Amino acid sequence: MWTDLGLDLEAHAGLMNVLGSFYTDIYLTQTNRPKGMEYLDFVISEVHGLRIEELLAAKAQGRKVIGAFCLYVPEEILIAADAVSVGLCAGADIGTAQAEQVLPRNTCALIKSFFGFKLAGLCPYVEACDFVIGETTCDGKTKAYEIFNQYKETFVLEVPHTKSPAATKLWRSEIGRLVEKVETAAGKKITAANLLKAIETVNAKRAVLGRLNLLRAADPAPISGRDALLINQVAFYDDPVRFTKKIGELCDELEARVAAREGVAPKGTPRVLLSGCPMAIPNWKVPFLVEKNGAVIVGEESCVGERGTRNLVDLTGVDISDRDAILDRIAERYFKIDCAVFTPNADRNLHVREMSARNHAGGVIHYAIQFCTPYLMEAHGMEQTAREMEIPLLRLETDYSMEDAPQLETRIQAFLEMIR
Amino acid sequence: MRAAGLDIGSRSVEFVVIESETGRVVHEREIPTGPAMAEECRLLVDEAPFDRLLATGYGRSLVEVSFGFPTVTEIKAFGRGAQAAHPGCRMVLDVGGQDTKVISLNGAGKVLRFEMNDRCAAGAGRFLEMTAAALRYEIDEFGAAARQGAPGTVISSMCAVFSESEVVGLMTKGSRREDIARAVHDSLARRIVSQMRRVGISPPIVFAGGAARNPCLRHLIEQDIGQALVVPEAPQRIGALGAAMLAAEASA
Repeated sequence: MWTDLGLDLEAHAGLMNVLGSFYTDIYLTQTNRPKGMEYLDFVISEVHGLRIEELLAAKAQGRKVIGAFCLYVPEEILIAADAVSVGLCAGADIGTAQAEQVLPRNTCALIKSFFGFKLAGLCPYVEACDFVIGETTCDGKTKAYEIFNQYKETFVLEVPHTKSPAATKLWRSEIGRLVEKVETAAGKKITAANLLKAIETVNAKRAVLGRLNLLRAADPAPISGRDALLINQVAFYDDPVRFTKKIGELCDELEARVAAREGVAPKGTPRVLLSGCPMAIPNWKVPFLVEKNGAVIVGEESCVGERGTRNLVDLTGVDISDRDAILDRIAERYFKIDCAVFTPNADRNLHVREMSARNHAGGVIHYAIQFCTPYLMEAHGMEQTAREMEIPLLRLETDYSMEDAPQLETRIQAFLEMIR
Repeated sequence: MRAAGLDIGSRSVEFVVIESETGRVVHEREIPTGPAMAEECRLLVDEAPFDRLLATGYGRSLVEVSFGFPTVTEIKAFGRGAQAAHPGCRMVLDVGGQDTKVISLNGAGKVLRFEMNDRCAAGAGRFLEMTAAALRYEIDEFGAAARQGAPGTVISSMCAVFSESEVVGLMTKGSRREDIARAVHDSLARRIVSQMRRVGISPPIVFAGGAARNPCLRHLIEQDIGQALVVPEAPQRIGALGAAMLAAEASA
C-alpha cells in the first residue's frame, strides 16, 4: 500500500517510531484518563494504517478524497458530493531541509511542515488525495500554495480579509466556484438533498465537540486538555459519523464523571485557556508542558478547537429544496470564523472572554507559531482583553522543534506560580 | 532554622544560606557552571548545613532529579530576592548569562507580569562576554572602558553571534576600541529597555544579575528610562537569596 502511495518507506518507519514514543510519553502516562479515550488511542495507532486503507477503499469505489489545510474549506460541500474530506499533516518538524529548498527560512512551522511532509514523501493522506484545497488566509499560505500546486493539484479558495458587504459577496461566489470544482472532480451533482444530509452529519460532529467543551467547565475537569486537543485533531480526518458516535459515548462518560465530581486532576487545579494558532497532529508540546507542570487546559480558542467547531450551519427558515439558499447558509457559517487574518477581528477577543468565563480559566496562554504575523500581532489585543478580565496572559512564540522546551517550561512554570 | 537557595545559572552557580527567622545571610558562595554540574552542586551544598533548600535557575531540574531538591522558577525567586534586598521594589531587571528577565511586582514580592528574551543571547550577559573577548577586554573592565567611548558607533544585529562579527567588522574599519565597546553597550541597553517597556516601567527597580555590576550598562539604561536602578550588594545572588527566602517561608 505504502509503495503504491509513493511514500519514502524508511523515513516513514522512522516517523512512526518517533510518533509512537512521543505519544506514549505525552498521552499514555496520564492518570485518570476517561475510558472513552481508548478509541482515540486506537485511531492514532492506525493514523497511518486503517484510516488510509479506508480512504483507498473509498477511492476504489469511485469516491474522491479531497484534502484541506484550513477551517474555511466547507466539509459539507465535499461530503455532499460523496467525497471524503481530510485534514492534512502539518504539525511536525519534518522534511524541514527539503521544505527550505523551496521556501524561505523565515516561514512558519506549519507551512514548512505541510511542504516537508509532501516533499519528504511522509504523508499518506496527501498522497491519497485527488486534489487539495488551499485558501488565501495568510500571505505565507497564499504564496506557498502556488508552489505546492507544482507537486499536488491545489484549488485555492479566496478568503477575503474583511467582513464588509463586498467581501461577503466575494466569499459567497467562492463557495459557488468550489461547488463547481467539486462537482466536476467527483462527477456528481451537489443537490439540495445531499447538502442537507451533509449538513446534518457535520453539524452533529460540531455539536458533539460543543458538548465536550461545555463539560470541561466542571471543576475537577473531567478530561485533560491534551486529550481534548487530540479529539479536535482527529475530528479533521476521521470518518465523521463514527467519530460523532464515539465522542458522544465519551461525553456520556464525562457527564457521569462530572456528576460524581471526579476528574483528571484534583479540584482547584490551576485552569488555563489556550488561545491562538492551530495545533495540528502531533503538535502537543505546549499542552504537554502546561499539564505536566500541574495545570489543566480547559479550552482551545484555536482552529483546532472552538474556532472550528462553535458555529453550526443554521437552516432556520430556509427553503430546503433551494440549493442556493442552503449554500448561502453554509457561506454564512464559514464566514463567522474569527481567523486573525481578518480586520477588524474583535470576535476573537469576545470568544476568549466567553470561553475564559464559561470554563473558569485562571489564565490565558497565547500561543503563536514563530513568523505567524497575524496571531503574533493579535497577542497585543489579547493582552488588553486579559487585563480587562483581570487574569494573567502569557505570550508564547515557538515552533515545532523541541529545543526550546526548557525555556518554555520556565515561562509556563512562572505563569502557573502566578495563577495558583 | 537554616534555609538555603541554590541558583544554577547558565554561567554560574550561586549558593546562599540564611537564618530563617531573620533572613540574615550566614553563608554564600559562587562557582562557574561546569560540565559536571550535579557533582559540583553536591559539593557546593555540602559546604554549609541547612534544614531546607529550594533550587532555581536553568539547571534546577537537574538537582531535582539527582537529589530530590524542590524547585521554584527563577521568576519567582528573583521577585522574592529583590523584595528582600530592597523592600517595596516594584520591578526587577535581571541580566543573566543567557537570558534577561523583567518582572513586575506588586510591592510585596508577588509577580504580576514578566518577560524573558527568546532563544537568543543578544539581550543577555553572554553577549557582553563574547564582545568583550573579541575586543580583548576583561569582563570587569568592559563597562568602564565603554564609558570612555563616544556615542555614534552602531551595532545593529539582533543576534549575539552576528553582533560579534559586526564588532570584528568595526575593528577592521579602524573604529576606536572604546567606541565599539560603547556601541555594544548601547545595543544591549536598547534591547533591555524595550523589554522593560513591554512590561511597563514601575520604580523602585532592582537591577540584579552579574551584568548589574557593569557601570556603563546601568548608566545607559537609567538615562533611557529616566529612573534610577537599585543595584544590590551582590546582584548576581538575588536569585539564590530569593530561593532561600522562599524555602524559609515554606518551612515556617
